[in-house]
Amino acid sequence: MGMKSDKKLIVKGKRLDGRKADEMRPIKITAGVLKNADGSCELQFGETKIVAAVYGPKKVLPRRYEEANRAFLKVNYFMAAFSTSDRCRPGPNRRSTEISTVIKSALAPAIFLEKYPQTEITVHLAVTNANAGTRTSAINAATVALIDAGIEMRDMVTSIAAGKVEDQVILDLAQDEDNFGQADLPIAIMPRTDEIVLTQMDGDMTAAEVKQSYDMCIKACHEIAKIQRAAIVKKYGNEGGKENE
Amino acid sequence: MTTEKIHVKDREIVIPGDVLAEGMSYIPSGHAMRDDEKVIATSLGLTSIKGHVVKVIPLAGRYIPRRGDAVIGKITGSAKFGWTVNIRCPFDADLPIAEASNSYLDTRRYPMSKFYVSGDFVFANVLDVSEKKYVRLSVKDRPYRKLHEGIVIEVSPTKIPRIIGKQGSMIKMLKEGSGCDILVGQNGLVWIKNENPEKQMLMVNAIKKIESESHKSGLTEKIQTLLKGGKK
Repeated sequence: MGMKSDKKLIVKGKRLDGRKADEMRPIKITAGVLKNADGSCELQFGETKIVAAVYGPKKVLPRRYEEANRAFLKVNYFMAAFSTSDRCRPGPNRRSTEISTVIKSALAPAIFLEKYPQTEITVHLAVTNANAGTRTSAINAATVALIDAGIEMRDMVTSIAAGKVEDQVILDLAQDEDNFGQADLPIAIMPRTDEIVLTQMDGDMTAAEVKQSYDMCIKACHEIAKIQRAAIVKKYGNEGGKENE
Repeated sequence: MTTEKIHVKDREIVIPGDVLAEGMSYIPSGHAMRDDEKVIATSLGLTSIKGHVVKVIPLAGRYIPRRGDAVIGKITGSAKFGWTVNIRCPFDADLPIAEASNSYLDTRRYPMSKFYVSGDFVFANVLDVSEKKYVRLSVKDRPYRKLHEGIVIEVSPTKIPRIIGKQGSMIKMLKEGSGCDILVGQNGLVWIKNENPEKQMLMVNAIKKIESESHKSGLTEKIQTLLKGGKK
């Protein structure tokens, strides 16, 4: 954001990677990729790649985080050293702490934390390749991993970003559009009720543009929800024949 | 007045947030909840529809102890009140001295280690899970007891109903087919004992097979042939 580019980001209504304004990158989700985790997921969103792992409900460590009437949700978002074009310094930093916190607050309303008192649910989100939209992809991956772990939830959480590039509102910004664009607005919703659980905005947009972004994002979130659902059904799909004998 | 409608069939896979039925006449049970007039699934699982009761049977998840469960636990240590037990759940479980045996355990005359030591396995009943998630176990009365010899294997707690089968049909077949002693804990631990180690291993393979192929049809026949093949 804020940087200047000589490149035109939108040429004849088409974006750099050939997408239309309201078109998102292709998504590929595989559930249950890690054997040691209770639930896991590998998500590929364009060139962004995330591995999510969920552990729990388990004993709270350290004990002081234990809550009497609800589970303690721990979200750990981190970027691998090799995930960016330059080396990304490993370990917690200001950015990853912030993103972990916003993801936690986006997931918490959807999980029945009160059904698992005095336990801990841990969500690890590893970015193995970053190409814009890591926080939204991480939320999508975390949801699939949580469902895969058998944790009770009110609804899924799906997320996507919209933004403004060359005075035009576009869906799902890629790396260059994110770096040289004018605004970025990630949102996360619970698709059954369209409740918004996360909104952030970086840059400037008019009220009308924000409204347009919201509409675009909510429409796209419903598409993503279908893909997330398909990933889970693919893993467990043939369990329907159970106990037929 | 909304229309009364059911959106899913029996034994269909659902994920959290799926609308199972609409209308106040449908009653949510198990891993399902009501939101206004809709019945919503709250967990990944298979639907079970009996009349107007809509239920979701979970396909994944860890064991959460409840009163009356029969579990297999491992003694992890001793304290003044009794022993601490690991039952593969998020909470600590305790086995008080008074619940550890039918007979009187004279802990003044004998050390605690005479009765149980770390590493012993017990087949126990969950007496109580308190508000503070304090789990109390009991090994009094049959069939609860200390497990001597044998081996203990881990399976997913959600597959336990499949290992037991309808009215215990599968477990009966396993016991009769191999002659092994088997105890199944609802926390996902299975104890197997036989003098013949080969038969013991056959049983381990059979249970692992049930766990991995629980969703496929014709499982009973597969297990039967596996048991017969091992007898030769």
